[in-house]
Amino acid sequence: MSFAFRPARRAAFSVFTRALPGGLTAAAALALSGAAFAAQPEPWQMGFQKAATPMMEQVDEFHDLLLILITLISLFVLALLVMTVVKFRESKNPTPSKTTHNLLLEVVWTVVPVLILVVIAVPSFRLLYYTDKAPEPTAAEKAAGKTVMTVKAVGHQWYWSYEYSTAEGGKLRFESRIACRGTIDADNRKECEEANTRFQAEHKRDVIRLLDVDNEMVLPVDATVRVYVTAADVIHAWTIPASGAKVDAVPGQTNETWVRFTRPGWYFGQCSEICGQDHAFMPIALRVVPAEDYKAWLAAAWKKATEDSDGFSVVREPQKTARTGTPVRIAAASAQR
Amino acid sequence: MAYGAAHAHDDHDHVPGFWVRWLFSTNHKDIGTLYLIFAVIGGLVGLTMSIWFRAELQHPGVQLMDGHFFNVLVTSHGLIMIFFMVMPAMIGGFGNWIVPIMIGAPDMAFPRMNNISFWLLPPALILLILSAILGGGAGTGWTIYPPLSSTGANFGFTGHDGPAMDMAIFALHIAGASSILGAINFITTIFNMRAPGMTLHRMPLFVWSILVTAFLLVLSLPVLAGAITMLLTDRNFGTAFFRPDGGGDPILFQHLFWFFGHPEVYILILPGFGMISQIVSTFSRKPVFGYLGMAYAMVAIGFVGFIVWAHHMYTVGMDVNTRAYFTAATMVIAVPTGIKIFSWIATMWGGSLRMETPMLFAFGFIFLFTVGGVTGVVLANAGIDYVLHDTYYVVAHFHYVLSLGAVFAIFAGFYYWFPKMTGKMYPETLGKLHFWLMFISANLTFFPMHFLGLAGMPRRYVDYPDAYAGWNLVASLGAYLGGLATLLFLFLLFRAYTRGATAGDNPWGEGATTLEWKVSSPPPFHTYDELPKVEAGAHH
Repeated sequence: MSFAFRPARRAAFSVFTRALPGGLTAAAALALSGAAFAAQPEPWQMGFQKAATPMMEQVDEFHDLLLILITLISLFVLALLVMTVVKFRESKNPTPSKTTHNLLLEVVWTVVPVLILVVIAVPSFRLLYYTDKAPEPTAAEKAAGKTVMTVKAVGHQWYWSYEYSTAEGGKLRFESRIACRGTIDADNRKECEEANTRFQAEHKRDVIRLLDVDNEMVLPVDATVRVYVTAADVIHAWTIPASGAKVDAVPGQTNETWVRFTRPGWYFGQCSEICGQDHAFMPIALRVVPAEDYKAWLAAAWKKATEDSDGFSVVREPQKTARTGTPVRIAAASAQR
Repeated sequence: MAYGAAHAHDDHDHVPGFWVRWLFSTNHKDIGTLYLIFAVIGGLVGLTMSIWFRAELQHPGVQLMDGHFFNVLVTSHGLIMIFFMVMPAMIGGFGNWIVPIMIGAPDMAFPRMNNISFWLLPPALILLILSAILGGGAGTGWTIYPPLSSTGANFGFTGHDGPAMDMAIFALHIAGASSILGAINFITTIFNMRAPGMTLHRMPLFVWSILVTAFLLVLSLPVLAGAITMLLTDRNFGTAFFRPDGGGDPILFQHLFWFFGHPEVYILILPGFGMISQIVSTFSRKPVFGYLGMAYAMVAIGFVGFIVWAHHMYTVGMDVNTRAYFTAATMVIAVPTGIKIFSWIATMWGGSLRMETPMLFAFGFIFLFTVGGVTGVVLANAGIDYVLHDTYYVVAHFHYVLSLGAVFAIFAGFYYWFPKMTGKMYPETLGKLHFWLMFISANLTFFPMHFLGLAGMPRRYVDYPDAYAGWNLVASLGAYLGGLATLLFLFLLFRAYTRGATAGDNPWGEGATTLEWKVSSPPPFHTYDELPKVEAGAHH
């Protein structure tokens, strides 16, 4: 644990972020020239990130309804409060009324909220059941050879790993670690500079601090993807806000969510369950590409995996489960005990 | 209301000496005072921690602390504010001070148990503070979810291996025992020691709120105690209740924790409901509108509060039908809560309003609690909660109901009863200034957090992507202003004690009808030598 104040921060910090007064930085400066679409937070953003999946479009729509309702309710209460102060302050109304009951009024303010809740509940349940399971392909889609793709995400302290099924008789596994934590000390700064050079070369854009990773998850556009999520150590949570999907990565159990990105681009999320000291430093980065590009990426990744390079590897064993998440270390630990 | 206690007797007769009076205290008013002092200390510690981590979050980048220590501060801030600020202030402080007087009882049913209820708290607070300082510090969030809160070294991950977590668990055990004892005391007192004529349906709403709160405490805290005991044995004695590698289930802990945790958040707000009812009625010079509806709305909120716990767990992988049930049950709570909001407004409607400091805080409470309540309705929907779960939207929501709800209620109650408890008036202008500073600072701090959450910023993050910098800066500035408001409050306290004008028995006039305003300010050491008699028509 270190409490030391590090005065060098500001100077180093501005390497990748345009320094605005008070350290404000414009993510706009990091415009993603290489991608058609991207979902990431913007400075002074006040609402959701732009929806990138049908699920998030529905969330967005439902939230619009809720936002209108809750704003109206809050303003209604505020208006009543203001009216009471104006109309019934002591100077205006020296003699208080003695009214303490009004059955009709009490029935109304019980029944009307119930009705509002029913109005909310109907789309709420529709959304909930829609989000639960990836829709099976329709007959036409099946005829066209479309299936539901499956990817597994495993949370670790403090990075994610992903596993893709392949036709090659083994699973493609790769680790996805933060690309640029910051520019606090020399090591971090070097890491960020190198990452930036690589991102400029590969993706024609700057690296985004805290959101980019070394090996991003890649998915084909318009594909329905089931994401199985588990963890190797403590609980984490996998999410891409623009997709509307978030699910906890729990050791010993596999949870499921699904996404279908309708536009190519970069999407970012961050671990969403406290998992220890580097909780803030295990982002989820996803690149959605056209189907042909996906095939090319998969082939290249498989090649890297067979060579066991860059954090890519092939899993040929029976599927690792989270219970034995890091089998070697657990075995050693049991031996110790 | 007929009232038979005599002021005339010599109330100095039975006051014990300093040590006996304050260390071995069996007097509900003295114990209430101790609780209030304790809550002020707890609040200052918790506030300092929040300003400390808001300073870290003021700009992007890691400046003042590492990720673990940030988590430690967040954990201690949460636990201290809940167990060592809000609960001692509302239940221990105002509950002890006012409930026996309001029901015409000479003291609490079990005065010695009352004493130990209080004296369990300081060691608990010390253990909790030590848990932040020693043994690496407990940095799990106040929810202390395993496996993070479990030991990890033997299993190949970073858990909490040092003694810090054990100290936090013991702190919760002791604070929980204190609250259970206190709750038993309140239930017994309210059921058995009401003055002649003080029927349940004539009790002031603050007494109702403490009664419901006490039941929630007695029913929920043992579940927490069980859960953290299992966590303790997982950590130290090789059991595997929550360890997946031993056949246990980390999600089981979450169910147990939130079976306590959800009632707990109502424990934090229900006494506030009671206080606001008293204050709104007093400063409108009008009895509470819909008294029975108000009382049973609290009972309903307490009951439903026990069957909504898993709405904190929509992302853990529960069956979709279970999530649907918890969505529906959670939304139901909006109905009794709405009844309360509208009844407060109806109480003021047609009244003769005096906007003194307690009433200002009550107004602030009603509006800000409404804002926190409606974002609760948003979060209740599992389909939307996936996007908002564990983001700053949740942080904004629960600070609107707690930091602006519960805390505003505490300040409202404090200004309301300060003249009664001390016999002195607080300086009114400073009080109003305190309110406006609090109101501005709390909104400045917490409203931008809605935006951060919607944009996707996860909570409990020591550092955040640069795009979130703007609203984080606003929130941090708000937090500093909140610190300033608190310093002003301390100055106000000093002025009230040193230069406060003498308060009469009833400084609030004819609107203040409950029994505490019929006794002297401060009340005699033994409030009632002779039980007061209560007649019909007292409240409605």
